[in-house]
Amino acid sequence: MTKTTRVIPMVLALASLAVTGACGKKPAAPPPAPEAQAAALARDTAAERIAREAAQQEESARRMADAATARQRFVDDSVARVRADEEALRRDSDMLRSTVTAVIGFEFNKANLRDDAKAALDAKIPILLANTSVTVRISGHADERGSTEYNLALGTERAAMAKRYLVERGVAAARIETTSFGEERPMCTENADACWAQNRRDEFEITAGAPMLTRPKS
Amino acid sequence: MFAVAAGAQDVTSPGVRIGLRYDPGSKPGVIVLPVSGPSGDSIRAILERDFDYSDRLNPIPLSPEDGSILAATTPGGGAPSLNHAVFAKVGAAGVIQITITTRGLHVALHDVARAAVANVREFPVPKGEFSREWRQAIHGVSDVILEWISGERGASQTRLAFIRSHVVYVIDADGVGETALPMIGPALSPAWNPRGTSIAYNTFGPESRIVIHDLRSGKTREFGSQRNTTNATPIFTPDGKSILYALSTEAGTDLFLYPLDGEAFPRRVTVGRGSVNWGPSFHPDGRRLAFSSDRTGTPQVYIIDADGTNLDWFTEFDFGDQNDRGSPDWSPDGRQIAFQSRIDGRYQIFTMSLRDRQPRQLTSEGENEDPSWAPDGRHLVFASTRTGVKQLWVLDVESARLRQLTQVGGSRVPSWSPRLTAR
Repeated sequence: MTKTTRVIPMVLALASLAVTGACGKKPAAPPPAPEAQAAALARDTAAERIAREAAQQEESARRMADAATARQRFVDDSVARVRADEEALRRDSDMLRSTVTAVIGFEFNKANLRDDAKAALDAKIPILLANTSVTVRISGHADERGSTEYNLALGTERAAMAKRYLVERGVAAARIETTSFGEERPMCTENADACWAQNRRDEFEITAGAPMLTRPKS
Repeated sequence: MFAVAAGAQDVTSPGVRIGLRYDPGSKPGVIVLPVSGPSGDSIRAILERDFDYSDRLNPIPLSPEDGSILAATTPGGGAPSLNHAVFAKVGAAGVIQITITTRGLHVALHDVARAAVANVREFPVPKGEFSREWRQAIHGVSDVILEWISGERGASQTRLAFIRSHVVYVIDADGVGETALPMIGPALSPAWNPRGTSIAYNTFGPESRIVIHDLRSGKTREFGSQRNTTNATPIFTPDGKSILYALSTEAGTDLFLYPLDGEAFPRRVTVGRGSVNWGPSFHPDGRRLAFSSDRTGTPQVYIIDADGTNLDWFTEFDFGDQNDRGSPDWSPDGRQIAFQSRIDGRYQIFTMSLRDRQPRQLTSEGENEDPSWAPDGRHLVFASTRTGVKQLWVLDVESARLRQLTQVGGSRVPSWSPRLTAR
């Protein structure tokens, strides 16, 4: 669609350029003799008519070219404006998406929600409420230090805690699936406190729903 | 049990069934005589290694060049006759003489001290030398010889299941013949049925399930896939008829019993009220079980009756102690429980007897997790990071001797099979 609208005005503009160029190179006519005035008059009239018509044609071609340029500019501007809007919406949606999928952290061998985790969940709630077709899978994870088998249950509990928090604030339970990966999918594999802290987490994955998230109406 | 009339008056210590003197803690020397036939060297090597790994016998190496020893043997069929004085001189209490027959192996155990044959038996051995079944049959011979000498059957005719890269592997107790099971999801926590013919395990993540894999047919049966739940730590009941496992829902994790025959509805065993209750292990009589729970905050080991009553906090240590404990495994004789306890930030293996409840720490090097008893009640397998990567190690809890079972890193969550004698 965009391609054809762009091509047609361009062809028109090229055609009008060719016409104006041919007329401009015509040499000026010599003054007519008095004895042949009648004939000249007739000839002049014809010539004037031809010149006038040529000028008119030239003018009309120029106007058409101008109109085409203006239309093209209008189309380009419009496309650019829509693109900018789309881009802004996408940026917005990406931002909303990253808010929804932001991980939350936990203390060692604990599943209760820290204040920073609650704040992260609070940020997700209005977005989930504004985009009701979105469904989410919360997966609980643990660091490698606890028992392998306890960590699997702990992951379920961590996911359930986040889900409960969201459900208590109006997000439909059916939209949230919970699962656990225990200590089996570490984000970070170094044997260090900072690394363990990263691994004790809930991940939020959008499993279905709007490809574009919309900002909640305030 | 093995009535050997001759020299019965020599028996002094309890548990010793034959005249060949066996004191618990000592390791009588045994010599396995060279076995003629194409598989003879392999049979001998397997027996010697099994005796070594049993930690109850000391196999005395015997090179074919050792003329005086070999000269002491009278070759040929019929009643074997040995020059016992020569064997006594090299420290052998028993000599094992094996003949390959058309039906299997003919085995004679000579008691060197009494200069007499202590035991004789013919063992059927399947065709297909060096196949897994053949090797298992030879291990079975080792286990019976060990019983003749020590009064306790060996545990070499067993296999171990474990996890590597979320796949269930099975390996023979001597570290040979490692094979992977075909997986239907990322797996953890394998467990054997009482006959050693099936392995149960759980898969995790979305669609977490309990899977039961029949080793003979290769067929699997599964249950438990339900949204928002995780199924974990399955074990068979001692009668093999049900699976006890941990079901995690958004309302907590409790143990449930799932009958394998008839209409199967899981029945709740623990009532944790939102706490995490997992990792069960039955007393061999099936009437009680040990499991882990975080109901008081820190994970600890508890004992409960099979019907869910009479809860008893087993690992009740000092007041204020915050070390978490778990992964209990009840010993085959029912007298003690192996478990892991966090010491200085790392898990170590402990045992504690039901009677005195005094914890006994068995490991201290690296991190050591998930103990599982061998059916001889003397060896424990566990995952250890002592070499820098997780491997399975086998510990003799009496002598503290340790051997590495697996050779590929990342091996963990082991489960020792019962004896695989049933055919």
